[in-house]
Amino acid sequence: MSNSNFTRRGLLKTSAMAGGALAMPTIYDGSVWADAHAGYLNAPTGSTVTLGFNVPQSGPYADEGADELRAYELAVEHLNGGGDGGMMNTFSSKALQGNGILGKKVEFVTGDTQTKSDAARASAKSMIEKDGAIMITGGSSSGVAVAVQGLCQEAGVIFMAGLTHSNDTTGKDKKANGFRHFFNGYMSAAALAPVLKARYGTDRTAYHLTADYTWGWTQQESIQAATEAMGWKTANNVLTPLATTDFSSYVAPVLNSGADVLVLNHYGGNMVNSLTSAVQFGLREKQVNGKNFEIVVPLYSRLMAKGAGENVKGIFGSTNWHWSLTDEGSKAFVKSFGEKYGFPPSQAAHTCYVQTMLYADAAERAGTFNPCGIAEALEGFKFDGLGNGETEYRAEDHQCFKDVLVVKGKDNPTSEFDLLEIVEITPRAQVEYAVDHPMFAGGELGKCNPGA
Amino acid sequence: MLGLEKKDTSLLIIVAILTMCAPFILNPFPADSAMAQFNAGYPDLMQRFVIFGIFAIGFNILFGLTGYLSFGHAAFLGIGSYSAVWMFKLLGYNILPGIFLSVITSGLFALLIGYISLRRSGIYFSILTLAFAQMSFALAYSVLTPLTNGETGLQVYNSDPQYFHSDAMPNIPHLFGQEMQSTYTLDAGAWSFDFNTGYYLCALIMLGMFYIAIRIFRSPFGLMLKAIKTNQTRLNYTGLNPRPYTLAAFVISGMYAGLAGGLMASMDPLAGAERMQWTASGEVVLMTILGGAGTLIGPVLGAGFIKYFENIFSKINDTVLHQWFAFLPDGIEDFLIAIVHPFVGKGWHLTLGLMFMAIVIFLPGGLVEGGQKIASKFRGKKAKDDAPAASDTTPAE
Repeated sequence: MSNSNFTRRGLLKTSAMAGGALAMPTIYDGSVWADAHAGYLNAPTGSTVTLGFNVPQSGPYADEGADELRAYELAVEHLNGGGDGGMMNTFSSKALQGNGILGKKVEFVTGDTQTKSDAARASAKSMIEKDGAIMITGGSSSGVAVAVQGLCQEAGVIFMAGLTHSNDTTGKDKKANGFRHFFNGYMSAAALAPVLKARYGTDRTAYHLTADYTWGWTQQESIQAATEAMGWKTANNVLTPLATTDFSSYVAPVLNSGADVLVLNHYGGNMVNSLTSAVQFGLREKQVNGKNFEIVVPLYSRLMAKGAGENVKGIFGSTNWHWSLTDEGSKAFVKSFGEKYGFPPSQAAHTCYVQTMLYADAAERAGTFNPCGIAEALEGFKFDGLGNGETEYRAEDHQCFKDVLVVKGKDNPTSEFDLLEIVEITPRAQVEYAVDHPMFAGGELGKCNPGA
Repeated sequence: MLGLEKKDTSLLIIVAILTMCAPFILNPFPADSAMAQFNAGYPDLMQRFVIFGIFAIGFNILFGLTGYLSFGHAAFLGIGSYSAVWMFKLLGYNILPGIFLSVITSGLFALLIGYISLRRSGIYFSILTLAFAQMSFALAYSVLTPLTNGETGLQVYNSDPQYFHSDAMPNIPHLFGQEMQSTYTLDAGAWSFDFNTGYYLCALIMLGMFYIAIRIFRSPFGLMLKAIKTNQTRLNYTGLNPRPYTLAAFVISGMYAGLAGGLMASMDPLAGAERMQWTASGEVVLMTILGGAGTLIGPVLGAGFIKYFENIFSKINDTVLHQWFAFLPDGIEDFLIAIVHPFVGKGWHLTLGLMFMAIVIFLPGGLVEGGQKIASKFRGKKAKDDAPAASDTTPAE
């Protein structure tokens, strides 16, 4: 029998000595680190790879954040071979095997962005520095998405944007390490304009109420440009502070302005309140210039429609995706999401799920987790079967181009989820724009940063 | 030493040792163990500990000494951050001009806001400062967007002038070429410790600020501030005008906040408007009260406490809970998770709120009083002996 001196004191002594001997310094800000590892930040060394899901768990967009997190968990389950595989089966690229990513089991960490740029960056930083996350994804507002995208560019990891609709995310704030699947304000406007023209004619005067921050402005600018191009006039654009809850003082002047369409460039709780005020003021029953007064909400979400209740009936807007789509990808996604959670996914959940799949697929195709390799695999990547029809990740600005849905508040909803109906699927060609379009000009992608 | 009493010297030395060894102290668990969840020794959080420490030390000079409760201190933090980022945009990534300007501008704003707000005391003063801070927030969030980049936050773009920037210099914040991000990782067996340049810079600055705070506390000026807190009416009757003193304290603490803001921007070159929101102002009040208002070390402890909760507890999700309780039978596991769930992850506010209530009720002097009680237990004295010290720390109404 060997004399193994396995006492507590002995163990402490040995481990202290071993610790001293093993105290081998590594520097990870320079070439030394790059040599020792695979040449990029947080290269996974074990049998697992860690993704960072950075979503709002508190604050105004907490509902969306919760739905995004559900989608991420579902995506991880599917990537690791659990569940029914969801959209992996309908995805046009067949690189994913259901054995994780590049054979490594997918693990994840979560954080709370609180819908604040600062908190979001702190949370993303802790994922990168502490948990070794190789990719950050999420976000439910453009401010946060732009802030975290900038951080990921500096740190050297990939950022897969969640719900962010501002033109700036892939416009003046675009970054080589950041990718957006969601559509943007310009696309909303381009998709909505023909539908509005068909329903309301070309002789209309619009009055804009706009949330007073970057997203609101880019959205308003886009809608104004698109509607004026088809002959509408713009009566006024009134900026409303973000914290406004009572919109009656903003709605009252609309009637005397001579406008016959009200455009609400609001999102989330803002939109719920402003739309409710407008309906309570009886705007929808009014006749102006011999025409029915109309209200338009350019960016819709199911969660918003739920908040506004009855008031959304018959009101037009646009959305990135809706669960009532009947293509194979959407059906597979709604089925596996519904089986796991008991209700259909929101568009935020959809875009987050798709972004995770796209990242995983790009890693498989590139054969590496190196952000530069993944960026290369995603740039110009054409795919199908993820719910939006044929889609392309444009290489020049990392924006996905795909069809956009124009939706209308349903007149006779059959359930609390069945609130929107699809009026038209605007084909991709109509919503596409040049990379140097003035609304997107000013930024540059820069070079991809592998962080080492 | 350094013109300090023996007791203060030893306090300063203790703080110095704690901050310098923080990478070890904050990473007590091996990197691969389940407890690694509670490690706080990664660069970003360590930087936050000391930066918010500076913020809280400065706030304590106003609140702890004069008893004037400012509810708008975050405005100075934000102003400091914006100044620093503008320096990065215009001059280049060396952090010195940014930090310098952030202290100056926040000092000027503090002079302006203080001059107006200090015409009132008590709750009226609090409301005035709160109003100014919310005004700054609203301005930064939308009205002044060309200056602050609004909701998105002010960032440095490649197209910015950066007059003193050359290609040889790092493209991230640095101090004469020393990158703030650069981290030296020491792997000692299962443990791993991060030594970050930015952290050590912030820690040294915090030590300097801590030293200045001690000097202010022990100076005749500090005594005058304490007199204002104790009985301002009586001070008026003795023929002294307290306002210059309170204004000086307000400006000093505003400059501390500006410095903290400048350092935050230097560690992470983005300035968001949320930094000025009233919740951020409330946070520093919580930090100070939690740690012990009017004490020297208290605010730093409070800052660490709150930041730890914000960053560590908020990341414990159900998956982590399942890992912890996996050894238990299914029924009990789910039951325990259901109990713990509301208090972690997104419920970290709830936990923090409960802790705050407990501390305010049972330890009115904050964490410092708790420490004193424990220390006196060890020394075998009665807790009564600490009564004078404790009364010293009671915040003014």
